[in-house]
Amino acid sequence: MTLRRDFLKTGGALVVGFPLRESLFAQPSAAARGTLAGPPDPKQVDTWLAIHSDNTATVYIGFAELGQGNSTALLQMAAEELDLDMSQIKTVRLDTNVTPNQGGTYSSASIQRGGPQVRQAAAEARAALLKMAAAKLDAPVSLLTVSQGVVSVKGSSRSVTYGALVGDKRFNLPFSGSARVKPPSEYKVVGAAIPRNDIPDKVSGTYVYMQHVRVPGMLHGRVVRPRGQRAYGAGAKILAVDEASIRNIPGARVLRKADFLGVVAENEWDAVRAAQQLKVTWDNAPTLPGNTGLYEQMHAAKAEEQIVTTRGDVAALSSAAHAVSLTCHAPYQSHAPFGPNCAIADVKPDSALIVCSTQDVYGTRGTLARLLGLPVEKVRVQYYEGSGTYGHSCYDDVAQAATLLSKLAAKPVRLQFMRWDEHGWDNYGPAHVGEVRAAADADGKLVAYEYHGWQHNWSGTETSAQLAGAPAAEWGFGPAQGVQGVNPRTCGGMYKIPNLRLVNHKLPGMGYLKGAWLRSPLDLAFAFTSEQAIDQLAYELSMDPHEFRRNNIADERWQGVLDAAAKAANWSHHRAASNLSKDKVVTGRGIGLGTHLQSWGGAVADIEVNKETGRVAVKHLYGAIDAGLAVNPGNVESQIIGQLVQTASRMLHEEVTFSTTGVTSVDWTSYPILRFEECPAVTPVVVQRLTEQPSGAGEEVMAAAAAAIANAFFDATGVRMHEFPLTPKRVLAALSHA
Amino acid sequence: MASELKIKVNEKTWRIAAAPDTPLLYILTNELQLQGPRFGCGLAQCGSCSVLMNGVEIRSCVTPVSEVQGKSVITLEGLPVWYAGQRRHGPAPELHPVQQAMIDVQALQCGYCYNGMIIKSAELLSKTPEPTEDQIRSHMNGHLCRCGTYPRIIQAVQRASQRMAEVRK
Repeated sequence: MTLRRDFLKTGGALVVGFPLRESLFAQPSAAARGTLAGPPDPKQVDTWLAIHSDNTATVYIGFAELGQGNSTALLQMAAEELDLDMSQIKTVRLDTNVTPNQGGTYSSASIQRGGPQVRQAAAEARAALLKMAAAKLDAPVSLLTVSQGVVSVKGSSRSVTYGALVGDKRFNLPFSGSARVKPPSEYKVVGAAIPRNDIPDKVSGTYVYMQHVRVPGMLHGRVVRPRGQRAYGAGAKILAVDEASIRNIPGARVLRKADFLGVVAENEWDAVRAAQQLKVTWDNAPTLPGNTGLYEQMHAAKAEEQIVTTRGDVAALSSAAHAVSLTCHAPYQSHAPFGPNCAIADVKPDSALIVCSTQDVYGTRGTLARLLGLPVEKVRVQYYEGSGTYGHSCYDDVAQAATLLSKLAAKPVRLQFMRWDEHGWDNYGPAHVGEVRAAADADGKLVAYEYHGWQHNWSGTETSAQLAGAPAAEWGFGPAQGVQGVNPRTCGGMYKIPNLRLVNHKLPGMGYLKGAWLRSPLDLAFAFTSEQAIDQLAYELSMDPHEFRRNNIADERWQGVLDAAAKAANWSHHRAASNLSKDKVVTGRGIGLGTHLQSWGGAVADIEVNKETGRVAVKHLYGAIDAGLAVNPGNVESQIIGQLVQTASRMLHEEVTFSTTGVTSVDWTSYPILRFEECPAVTPVVVQRLTEQPSGAGEEVMAAAAAAIANAFFDATGVRMHEFPLTPKRVLAALSHA
Repeated sequence: MASELKIKVNEKTWRIAAAPDTPLLYILTNELQLQGPRFGCGLAQCGSCSVLMNGVEIRSCVTPVSEVQGKSVITLEGLPVWYAGQRRHGPAPELHPVQQAMIDVQALQCGYCYNGMIIKSAELLSKTPEPTEDQIRSHMNGHLCRCGTYPRIIQAVQRASQRMAEVRK
C-alpha cells in the first residue's frame, strides 16, 4: 500500500473544495532502499548514510524520536564528524526495510548506544570523501579542510563539494569502525543546545503523528473489551455477543477471533459508537486482589529469591551504633500516553505492512510475524511518532490488534485505541514492596545496608494476542526481564558501604496486572524506600542530610550531582524536621540521590503540606543530571524538566486502581495527573562533562526527585510516608498515627 | 443518517455529509483532514481536540458537528489568520506569536498536547493580553501535558504576551 491521505470519500461524506496537498508520506532518498526486508548490513557505510547531489546528507538511524529530541542530537553527532551544517543533514523515519537495527529505543540509550555507531559511520564516510577529494583536487588529504560539506585545499582556491564527489551514489565501503573521530576539543556542533528539528512542524500542525496517517481503502477499527483489564493471563472471556445491538449502524461490522473482539466501519464515528454500543456479556469472575489486598498478596506470595549483590556481612546491621529499617509500598502506575496508541495494518495473504509507534520496529516485526504465522521478511513495520510513551505503553498491543482486524476484514484497518483501552489495558509499571535496613557508626559512616524488593516481572504477551488465543504462559515474559529487579545503583549504590546485600523477590506474573517498563522502572519506588532510610539515619545522627550523604558518597560523579542540586537550591545546613511548626500549612525541604541504569541524578524538593486537608503541594524541584558529554544540553535540560514534573505527578497523584474484577482507572478522572495549577517551579542542572562518554538523560533524575519529595515531607512534618502517591487521605492517615 | 451540513472552518465554508451527532473532531480530522485538533480522550478531559468556536475554546471531541453550523470554527491551522483578524491590520504572520514563543523556548517534547495548549493560550491572550502567571495557570488548568512541559508553556505564554505588547506599541 502507498501511504497517502485518502482524498476521496471517507464514510460517505463529500468533501468540497479540499485543497490538494503534497503527499506527506513520500520518503525521497529512501525509496530505493525500501525494496528489501531489513535489517540492512550494518557493516556497510551505505547502511548508515547517503550523500546527495545537492550536498546534503541523510543519516539512517535505528532510534525512534519519541519527543525526547534524540533525532536532533544524533544528527549533531553525524554533522560534527562530517563537517556539515545542521541544515544540510536529515534522517528518515524508522522502517524495517530501510533503517539499521540498533535495537529498541529503550533505557535512554539512543546517544550512549546509538551515538558511537552514528559518529563512527560519519567519520568513516568523511575519510572516504576526503580520499576522493584528494584525487579530484590533486592534493594530499593532509592539506584538505572541510566546511559545510565543501572540501578545500589549504592555501589554494580549489574546492569540491561532497555532493559532487558522490552525489546519491553508493560508497560501497565496508564499515571498518576504525576511522579517526574528532576529539571533544574540536567539537563545534556537539555540546551545543541546537534547537530541535521536529519542533517547528509540531507547533504549526504539519507534523504527521501516527494518529494522522490514513491509507486508501482503509476501514476504521475499534476494539471491544471490558473497560479495565483483568488479571494478566486471565484474559477477558466472552460469554455472549449480541450483534443485533448495533443493527442501527449498518456500516459497522463485528470481527472476532476467540475472545479478541472488534468492530470496523468505513466511517470512524460509526466504528466508535458501534464499539460502545455493542452488547457483550463478559465473564466477570474475580481474578485480582484489588488495591486493598495487593500488598498483602505480594508479601504472602511464594517468590523466587535472587541475590543481586552481596559484599561483606550485613550482620553488621545489628551491631552498629545507629540502625533504621523501613518498609514501603508503591502502586502500579500507568504510562497513559496523552494520545491513545494508533496503528494501521494492511495484511495480505502472504505479507503485511504495519505502521505504528513502536519503540522497536524490528522487535515488533518479530511478534507480528509470529502472530500472523509469516516469516519476518514478509512483514514490514514502519514507525510514526505518536504521543509520548515513557516506556512500553500499548503501542505493540494496538499494532497487534490492527493486524488481527485487518486479517479478519481482509482490508487495511486503522485502529486507534479509545482512552479507556489505553488507560485500562496498559502494561503498568509494576507495584513494589521494599524493605530496607541501613546502619551507620557513631561517626556517621554507613556500615551496612540491606534491601529486599518484591515485584513481578514484565508481561511478555500482549492483550490482543492473548485474547485471540495465545496462552500467556506459552509466550512467557519479556526478554529484558533482567532489568526488572532491585537496582544496585539506586539502592545504596551511591554510597560507600562495606557490608551490603540486595535481594530480589521475583513474584510470578499471573494473578497481577500486566506489567512493563515505565520510565525509570521501579526506581521511584526504590529511592522512596532507600533514600528515606538514609535520610532517617542522618536524622538519628543529628546530621544535615546533604552532609551525611557527602560523607558517605561513592565517587565524584555522585558527589557532583548531589552538590549541583544542593547549590542550585541554595541548600542551607540543617537537621531534617528541626523546625517543626504547629501551623496548618507547613513547609519542608528534602534531598535525594538516584538514577536508572546509567548516569547520575541528584535532586532537592521544596514542598508544602496542609495538615488539615492532607494536601501536599510540590513548590520547587531542583534536579541535576550528569550524563557525561551532553551532546545537546538543551535537550537534557528539557528532559530534566519533564522528569521533575512527571515525578511530582507520580508522587502526588498516580495510582492505578482496581477491584477484584478489573482495573477501574480508565481515564483522566479516575487516573488523575498533575495539572498546571499545581505544577512546581523547576530548576534543571546539566552537569556537563565534555571528556566523558555520553550516557542517558531521559529518566535518570526521577528516583532522586521522588526521594527528595519524600524527605521534604519528613522535614515538614516529622513523619515518614510509607506509601505513595501522597494523596490527602494517605497523608491524613499518616499524620494521625504519628 | 447522513445529512448535508454547512460549516465554517478557518474562514472557509465546507459542505459535508455526516450524521448530525458526529463529534466535530472526526469531521475535522477525516473529512477536512486537519492535523491540529486530535483525539486524546473523547471525554473533554484533556484538551487535545480543542478548537475555537466564535473565539471561545471548545472540545471538538464532544461537540456535535450540527452545533457549529452558523458559527466560525478556528483550528490550529487557522490561528495565524485569526490572529491577524483580531489585530484588524496587517497580513497574517506565518505563526501566531504564541506558536513562535513555543519554538523560541523549545517548550515541546512529544508535542501532541500542543494543539490544545496553543489554542487555549491564544484564547487567553485574546482576552487578557498581559496575564499574570496565576492567570495563565488557572486558564490552562483544563489542559493536560503528560511530558511535563507546563513550566515551559507558562514561559512561552509570557513571552508571547510581551511580544504582542511590543507589536501593539
